[in-house]
Amino acid sequence: MATADILTPTAGTGAIYRINPVAKLAATAVIGIALVLSIDWVSASVALAGEAVLFLFAGLGPRRFVRRTLPVAMAAVFAAATILLYGRASGASHWRFLLVNVTDGSIELSIATLLRVLAIGLPAVVLFVTVDPTDLADGLAQVLRLPSRFVLGALGGLRLVGLFAEDWKSLELARRARGIADSGRLRRFAGQAFALLVLSIRRGSKLATAMEARGFGSSIPRSWARESRFGGKEWMLVAMSFAVALAAVGTSVLTGHWNFLAGA
Amino acid sequence: MSFISPTRATPLSVDAHGWGWRHAGRSGWALRGLDLRIEPGERVLLLGASGAGKSTLVHALAGVLGGDEEGESEGRLRVGDTDAARARGQVGLVLQDPDSQVVLARVGDDVAFGCENMGVPREETWHRVTQSLRAVGLDLPLRHPTSALSGGQKQRLALAGVLAMQPGLLLLDEPTANLDPDGVIEVRDAVARVLEVSGSTLLVVEHRVDVWWPLVDRVIVLAPGGGVLADGAPDDVLRGEGAALAASGVWVPGHPPRHPSRLHRPGGVQLHTEALAIGRSTSLHSDIDLVARAGECIALTGPNGVGKTTLGLTLGGLLPAIGGRVVASGLSRGLGADPLRWKSRELVTRIGSVFQDPEHQFVSGTVAGELAIGARATKLSRDETTRRIDPLLERLRLGHLTEANPFTLSGGEKRRLSVATVLVTRPPLLVLDEPTFGQDSRTWAELVAFLAELLDEGSSVIAVTHDTHLVDALADTELRMSRAGHRLESRVP
Repeated sequence: MATADILTPTAGTGAIYRINPVAKLAATAVIGIALVLSIDWVSASVALAGEAVLFLFAGLGPRRFVRRTLPVAMAAVFAAATILLYGRASGASHWRFLLVNVTDGSIELSIATLLRVLAIGLPAVVLFVTVDPTDLADGLAQVLRLPSRFVLGALGGLRLVGLFAEDWKSLELARRARGIADSGRLRRFAGQAFALLVLSIRRGSKLATAMEARGFGSSIPRSWARESRFGGKEWMLVAMSFAVALAAVGTSVLTGHWNFLAGA
Repeated sequence: MSFISPTRATPLSVDAHGWGWRHAGRSGWALRGLDLRIEPGERVLLLGASGAGKSTLVHALAGVLGGDEEGESEGRLRVGDTDAARARGQVGLVLQDPDSQVVLARVGDDVAFGCENMGVPREETWHRVTQSLRAVGLDLPLRHPTSALSGGQKQRLALAGVLAMQPGLLLLDEPTANLDPDGVIEVRDAVARVLEVSGSTLLVVEHRVDVWWPLVDRVIVLAPGGGVLADGAPDDVLRGEGAALAASGVWVPGHPPRHPSRLHRPGGVQLHTEALAIGRSTSLHSDIDLVARAGECIALTGPNGVGKTTLGLTLGGLLPAIGGRVVASGLSRGLGADPLRWKSRELVTRIGSVFQDPEHQFVSGTVAGELAIGARATKLSRDETTRRIDPLLERLRLGHLTEANPFTLSGGEKRRLSVATVLVTRPPLLVLDEPTFGQDSRTWAELVAFLAELLDEGSSVIAVTHDTHLVDALADTELRMSRAGHRLESRVP
């Protein structure tokens, strides 16, 4: 029986699928770090415009793009609405009601927030829905040289997460079958959570045994069946993310909208 | 070396000299005073009653028993010329649970995992991966997701992963225990092919002796507590010790456990279904019409993943029907006819469900506490609770374990405990998912005799099972489920 498995290989035909996950990690970090340093609408819109061009080349397809990025869009709208109503007041006030105060300043801040969440969130989602966890582990261990014991252990453990949901359902049914599901919801929940913890530790130790039995953690230097390459394509992506970040920050500073860490 | 066929290994010997192991925190030794030699290339079936230390020995040989903090050892255990604790990589181990042996998400990567750990060069690794997958008969793309495999396929995948490491010693610890009958044959045949290709030494632990009998050339029977009870060619051991082995709980061909005699006096209808459709979110099966009468046993059989467990849970008032109805008027005693709408404490006195994985059902820190749960939920008096629990402890051989933590019991004991817990509240209908799993032939016979008694006293039993012995011994009706549909067959002689 096929189970929900968060490790199910991610596969696609778009160009973005063939890029090393480590490069995607780096690109997301570059844009993200540049954009959290200031809250202004100029840097965010320049970044967003640059990213939009890049999305066209990602090969994700418009429907998948919308479906995957919908949560980010919703989060952006929600954040923007909150800032609009409760954000720092400055300039002319347009509407007051209890704590709500919509001002020129809060409108500007709200737009800046909306753009910023999109500018940071969209590339992160686009880059990460196209990452296969196994490829990411390969990249972390081979390109970034993180300890393979740690990386592969985490990868193996990640596979078990998919089994948690099934365990939880079974535990719930089992408690009903034992006659103890009528009352004490809170206590039952705590007990069930503890049972899940026990089960997951047992699963984990079984998996560790299976991995050790296959020579994992021995003193022999490990070889890699899949080579994690970091070549032209990857450097290109990182370079493009730098270009977007520089353009965004540069334009913002030159037009005088840059406010370092919203300090102004 | 590189001229040799890539999956050929140098077979290794096994030597034990006064070897023993005690788990940390236990007073008794799991195994002690073991003297044994297995020649390179021998194919050995390791037997022994439950608790004889078979799994301990296999884990020790695979080097995964752990260090000093896990327990203490005495004597010597060697694989080839190396101490067993350091032989990891030369020894391949396949365990019981298919789900906990899959390491990676893609079939090819999973098989390659062991080679990578052994530092095998890339080109050689992939060569071995294709060879190994071919040997176990897994004809799948290398990128095929491992989560989409069946239980039998997962076990063959584990076997391929081990084979790719070219182990000189292949250890199998009940590799087919969780599989349906087709899966069992699938894996056994794959092992046969693997041995032909690799020529390695084989040590297999398995209750189902008949499955492995044709494949092995030597049988070793461990005595409980330590030492060797019998050792020799399969037919010699069977001739000389067959009856004694069967009596000590080993499943021996030609010595089937006794089937209890039954009264076969069907009573009133307790539960029936009307065009029932079952499934978790989408329908797995529809138009199921079953009638469960007092004093009758219905067996639900069919391959893994076909929906037997889901049907059991639906009949037990735990999962909603996708379509049609479950009508339990014969059990309701004043409640509505749909068991799904009963309160939890009303359910336990009417339907007793035993889950596939007993660990899901344990909620207490001791065996005694576990048994008292149902009694407390239904507000039984202390005296009545004792009156009900004590005979159960005795009948199901759990009397010496009342203070033990349920999670530390053996697989067979856990199973018997989970059966005992539902019997405390005396539900007239029992829904049992694999009730005989992990039982040796002695505890099997006792459990089946006990269920026969309950049936004769007017309970009805619905059993989800792969165990054909159980179906033969108890079932009045068998619902055979397959992907194409289902068929109801009468089993009354």
